[in-house]
Amino acid sequence: MTDLSQNYDVLVIGAGNAALCAAITARHAGARVLVLEAAPRHSRGGNSRHTRNIRYAHAQATDYVTGPYPVDEYIEDLMRVTAGKTNETLARMVLEQSKQVVDWMQDQGVRFQKPLSGTIGLGRTNAFFFGGGKAMMNSYYARAEKLGVEILYEAEVTGLTLNDGRFTGAQVLFGGNAHDVSARALVVASGGFEANIEWLKEAWGEGAENFLIRGTPFNKGAMLRVLLDHGAQPVSEADQCHAVPIDARSPKFDGGIATRVDCVIYSIMVNKHAKRFYDEGEDIWPKRYAIWGRLVGQQPDQAAYAIIDSKIPGLFMPTVFPAIEADTIPELAGKLGLDADALEKTVTDYNACVEPGDFDPTGLDGCHTKGANPEKTNWAQKIDTPPFYGYPLRPGITFTYLGVEVDEKARVLFGRERKPASNIYAAGEVMAGNILGQGYVGGLGLLIGTVFGRIAGEEAARRAIN
Amino acid sequence: MPLIDTIKEAERLMTICNACRYCEGFCAVFPAMERRKTFGEGDLTYLANLCHGCQGCYYACQYAPPHEFKVNVPQTFATLRAESYADFAWPGFLGSLFRKNGVVVSLGMALGLGLLLLLLFGMQDLSIIFGSHTGEGAFYRVIPYAAMVWPFGLVFAFALFSMIMGGVIYWRSTAAKSGVRLSVGAILGGVRDVLTLKNLGGAGGGCNYPDESFSGKRRLFHHFTFYGFMLCFAATSFATIYDHWFGWIAPYSFTSLPVLLGTVGGIGLLVGPVGLMKLKLDADPAPRDRDLMGMDVAFLMLLFLVSFTGLALMLLRETSAMGTLLAVHLGFVLALFATLPYGKMVHGVYRFLALVQDAAERKVE
Repeated sequence: MTDLSQNYDVLVIGAGNAALCAAITARHAGARVLVLEAAPRHSRGGNSRHTRNIRYAHAQATDYVTGPYPVDEYIEDLMRVTAGKTNETLARMVLEQSKQVVDWMQDQGVRFQKPLSGTIGLGRTNAFFFGGGKAMMNSYYARAEKLGVEILYEAEVTGLTLNDGRFTGAQVLFGGNAHDVSARALVVASGGFEANIEWLKEAWGEGAENFLIRGTPFNKGAMLRVLLDHGAQPVSEADQCHAVPIDARSPKFDGGIATRVDCVIYSIMVNKHAKRFYDEGEDIWPKRYAIWGRLVGQQPDQAAYAIIDSKIPGLFMPTVFPAIEADTIPELAGKLGLDADALEKTVTDYNACVEPGDFDPTGLDGCHTKGANPEKTNWAQKIDTPPFYGYPLRPGITFTYLGVEVDEKARVLFGRERKPASNIYAAGEVMAGNILGQGYVGGLGLLIGTVFGRIAGEEAARRAIN
Repeated sequence: MPLIDTIKEAERLMTICNACRYCEGFCAVFPAMERRKTFGEGDLTYLANLCHGCQGCYYACQYAPPHEFKVNVPQTFATLRAESYADFAWPGFLGSLFRKNGVVVSLGMALGLGLLLLLLFGMQDLSIIFGSHTGEGAFYRVIPYAAMVWPFGLVFAFALFSMIMGGVIYWRSTAAKSGVRLSVGAILGGVRDVLTLKNLGGAGGGCNYPDESFSGKRRLFHHFTFYGFMLCFAATSFATIYDHWFGWIAPYSFTSLPVLLGTVGGIGLLVGPVGLMKLKLDADPAPRDRDLMGMDVAFLMLLFLVSFTGLALMLLRETSAMGTLLAVHLGFVLALFATLPYGKMVHGVYRFLALVQDAAERKVE
């Protein structure tokens, strides 16, 4: 039975990937560790339970990846997607250490699977968890429990006592009572603030009300706010986030992977005025997936509609909700709540601009429009074969980038002079912005959480025990 | 017909799963799902019978209850499987027996036992029943050869025929509808998957028991049960050959092939069902269909009791208990045979055929 009045060595706030990596590592180092998870047991593990793979550097193909992925290539990929918005020292350290993570994860009981059909082009660079992120988290929880890490569910941290970058205690709501929990060192691994609609509004305006949150409703950013209020140095911006277009009929929270709609590149995308607004065929889908959340978010009412005809179904991943179907474009417009004349005009205008070409869904095919506004530069085909289909879309936020600055020991940096905290460490989404100032490359978020989780756990244990 | 609600629920789940696909590494079900875009009743029945109920996908599921998607594939598939057993039973009107299975089994057992004892006491002198018999034909001095061979032969032949008919009806409603052709390669593929229980392997970790943690116990105890059953079947087959072709009359020596095979198999049939029963009782009820417990328990109990009485008979065959033990053992065997086509045993038929279909589909791919 957990006794909250005792003095722990290491307190871990949050219980996703980074938190459990920290807790396990700290426990290995001999620390008495308490993990506080705000969620109930059935939805433990934050956004990590919606993940699926980790990107790591490796020298050759293994049972789990199809080819080598050198550190240098990884660094190039990171530099490209972030456009240099990264702390290069930390980034290099994480990518170097990525070579060991899969072995370490396996030592903790995490299992991987062969690259199968759903690897969305990541089979060479990313290792996929057997059963996905929730199965991975189950392994971590089992490991942590076996090692004697104490884990409390439905334990919400409401405040921290900090003095000049030194942590002394946390205020915790648990079992209907307020507790003061003290520990010699603190690891904050409680995620971002994407489930805090009010905070999102500060960055995105009232439109944030229409965002759907793909992950846990518990990522309200409470600890991030506390640290920033106490003078922790922020990284990245509040409006930086990973967002993808998801079905507007999805749950407000926790819709996860299944709600995505992958037909954008073969479609025309229109807003609520039935107008196109961006080149749908700019690049292959894995490279454009993450810009469309933002693009949809910039449309009136944060709404968009993918319009396709009967040539397209079967070319993209099945969707969790059925497409809305109609025999004519005006009828489809009616069912989608769009103006029938406006949609018909948009489709007619677009069709008139489609140049002949050999449609090839497997790669950039050069099938384009001439004279359309905006042009579509690949996979442009006439929308002329009924039945017609439409998907209503909204931005689905995966995670936010605003975080606290850390050093290579995962210590939170305070003030403009960036003074390292004496016993406060951060790992995971709450500090991922140090490396991912913007942009995204699949499987890197989880790597940052794993590497920094381990560093934070080790450093916190060392600090607590010595 | 499986209930419309169950089919609809299974279709709803497969639509969600097909948009997610995180579980594709677990077993044959998810790759088979990915080969489809839509799910008709035949597809869903096939997928449900392909499911081994390992529960890996439940504990890995980000959409498991209380998530509003309420995804619980092992439970829904278990319900659908049970409904399909009733649906494919031959003759059809006996399909309703699946629903009263626990009761049916005990009635069947009682009936078998009663009949035998009646035959025994009606036709024999008590001194024969409770006397000791040794040497060639000892068993037949208690229960005459014809009284043993005919009822058992007929009941077993009916059970076998009935299960084959069930298999044919199943195949027509599932694989044949998808245009799947039987081939030697596909059958061998199905046989291999049955013999290895690859789908309970979970990438080396086994299935989830008793909760999220992984365990190889279910596969192990099923192997004990399956191979135990097969060895006992082999023992009976050899005994038949000895009797008919060589004219060697039972009982056979402890070192003879039928007795050795029967002993090893019998031990398997004690260990396996006890192990599986314990797993059932300890397991988390969430991903299961509790209504099916009766059917599962009845079958395991019968297997255990057939084996237990058989081994007891072998050990005590030279004592005065032989007559009674023989009657009791044969009673359980008869009850097992009679209920085979209307109980848990049929899962073997449909699972095998589903694995054959899976092998055929993979080959085409």
